[in-house]
Amino acid sequence: MDKRQAIPSAGPDFEHLLAQDVVIEAGDAGARTGAQAVEADHSPRAPQAGSGVAAAAPPAPGLTASGDLQREVEQLLYRQAELLDDKHWQAWMDLFDEQGVYWMPVTPEQTEWEGSPSIFAEDKLMMEIRKGRVSHPNAWSQAPMWETNHLVSHVAIEAVQGDEIRVRSRFHMMELRRESIRHFGGRYRHTLMRGADGTLRIRLQRVDLFNGQAPFDYVLQIWV
Amino acid sequence: MDVRQLVEPDRVHRTVYTDPAIFDAEMEKIFERTWVYCGHESQVKSPGDYHALTIGRQPMIMVRHGDGSVQVLYNRCPHRGVQLVGNQRGNTGSAFVCSYHAWSFHLDGSVRAIPLAKGYEGTRLTRENPDCRMKRAARVDSYRGFVFASLVDEGPSLADFLGEAKIAFDDMCDRSPLGEVEVVPICHRVVQHSNWKFFMENQLDALHPSVTHQSTGISAGRVEKRLKAERGEAPLYYHYLSTFASSFEQWDGVQTINFPHGHGILKAYMGLRPQDPDTLAYEALLEQAYGKAKMEEYLSRSIHHVLVYPYLSVQSPLQQLRCLRPISADKTLSEIWHFRLKGAPEAIYRRSLWYYNLVNSPATMINADDLENWTKGQWGLQSKGGDWVSFHRWAGDDRVEGGVTYSNHGTSEAVMRNQFRAWAQYLAA
Repeated sequence: MDKRQAIPSAGPDFEHLLAQDVVIEAGDAGARTGAQAVEADHSPRAPQAGSGVAAAAPPAPGLTASGDLQREVEQLLYRQAELLDDKHWQAWMDLFDEQGVYWMPVTPEQTEWEGSPSIFAEDKLMMEIRKGRVSHPNAWSQAPMWETNHLVSHVAIEAVQGDEIRVRSRFHMMELRRESIRHFGGRYRHTLMRGADGTLRIRLQRVDLFNGQAPFDYVLQIWV
Repeated sequence: MDVRQLVEPDRVHRTVYTDPAIFDAEMEKIFERTWVYCGHESQVKSPGDYHALTIGRQPMIMVRHGDGSVQVLYNRCPHRGVQLVGNQRGNTGSAFVCSYHAWSFHLDGSVRAIPLAKGYEGTRLTRENPDCRMKRAARVDSYRGFVFASLVDEGPSLADFLGEAKIAFDDMCDRSPLGEVEVVPICHRVVQHSNWKFFMENQLDALHPSVTHQSTGISAGRVEKRLKAERGEAPLYYHYLSTFASSFEQWDGVQTINFPHGHGILKAYMGLRPQDPDTLAYEALLEQAYGKAKMEEYLSRSIHHVLVYPYLSVQSPLQQLRCLRPISADKTLSEIWHFRLKGAPEAIYRRSLWYYNLVNSPATMINADDLENWTKGQWGLQSKGGDWVSFHRWAGDDRVEGGVTYSNHGTSEAVMRNQFRAWAQYLAA
């Protein structure tokens, strides 16, 4: 055959296959299979959000806090979820202290709520705008029936330093809108502060959706 | 299908939004022929970097070749048709390798190797056979780093297709002291349950903001006003939201400019030149790069949106871009991108980032109500309650000059009339 027209063979990588009988049973490794012979100079995966995190050490288990602190923290996280599900927007905002921030970054690698592309990045003033918007009689997108149902679990206290407590947990939110149900899940990371009055409030609620870069079927109207 | 029965100068038949056969014709005659936006060069910086996209109904790959060029290839192995990349983006190394039978291809789509190629000796499949390579888009071109492809050989050049709408990219890049932008490597994707034309019409529809976005505009205006009273000033991004509740008269005072091919501009100056230290430092950089006259020209352009019909909405003063990938007559994917001005101070990026986060994120306080309108619009147009969609507003009033239609009123439906002129031309071809 005309050399010019010949299809280049996968070449040396595959020669071993030509030089042996085909044995269709598990061997002791040794011979490289066709797939192994394709030099892995590429990654079939995108450099994905989270891949770096997965390669790092697994997160430390939660502190064995006094039963009271663990329960106090859990009750606050349950409370914030309950207030969202019941649409008590102001009461929910009041769980945050004056410097409180609600942040939903796009990828787990992001570290700063300001200056990062975000799904939500709201201080209390911006929360007030959102609350005012969804409460307005002409917030047209609020007309269809919609409800949410949050579950919060895996509450682990990571650190207690003075008045500051860092907590991680997982959540699952189902949302009904018109006639369909959507699911959002992910991780909460809370920085909680104990105020002068002894009350625990939210300084930062960071929400990492596990499906934050998947297509959104419609958008999120309120905090998750 | 007789296009003349569907599109009249001041109204269109509802089925152009709902009929699957018309959707198929649009894909074939518009999207799979005209120049379609693929992405920005900075999305594929290194050899092997790829980004998957669709052109019409065709799954494509934009990839950086080893020689520095950007290639646009069909995402399909010529052997048995399996897609060659299985993710939205990534790096494929020096070759595409099929996961089914290990056919491999260079980054320009030419065949690299096939296992046991001996098996093809004496068959019709030779190296020169086009069936032995990944098919390429017929034409690929770029303008200021923005890459487009056309799936057919014939038709206008990219420059002719863009025409005056190239201002979208000029305006974005000119705002960088280096004349270039770089993509922020995040892409929000939001599915619209409506025909793609709803979005395109909405982008230059100056009557809807103070109705549709009233709730957000009023709520933001209230907080903005209080802040101004308490602190003497409020950050610019409150204004991004409160301005949506401007009066009908204010919006009517804005002009639209409507070009051939359906492209258009909604004017309106976004007030992006406060006299704070960050802005002044930025202006000094631009003046250094281009001189005072050019700097003034670039920064005082009156642009709210530029539309590249039929799929792109560019907010060049804020470096944001939304691209439509139609899925079906009643379903459209939008891709939402943000760009950094190369060489501009971080503060200028952050200023535009607020708009991206508040208006264009998947938790948008603006598009939430647009999407609701379009969903209900799609359902409404499926009804037999009426056959026509009205674009009569200020019909006959617009000024036409050199093939360009200038509205005398921001709320003139000149925008939709112009888009459908182009649409009818595409479909009649």
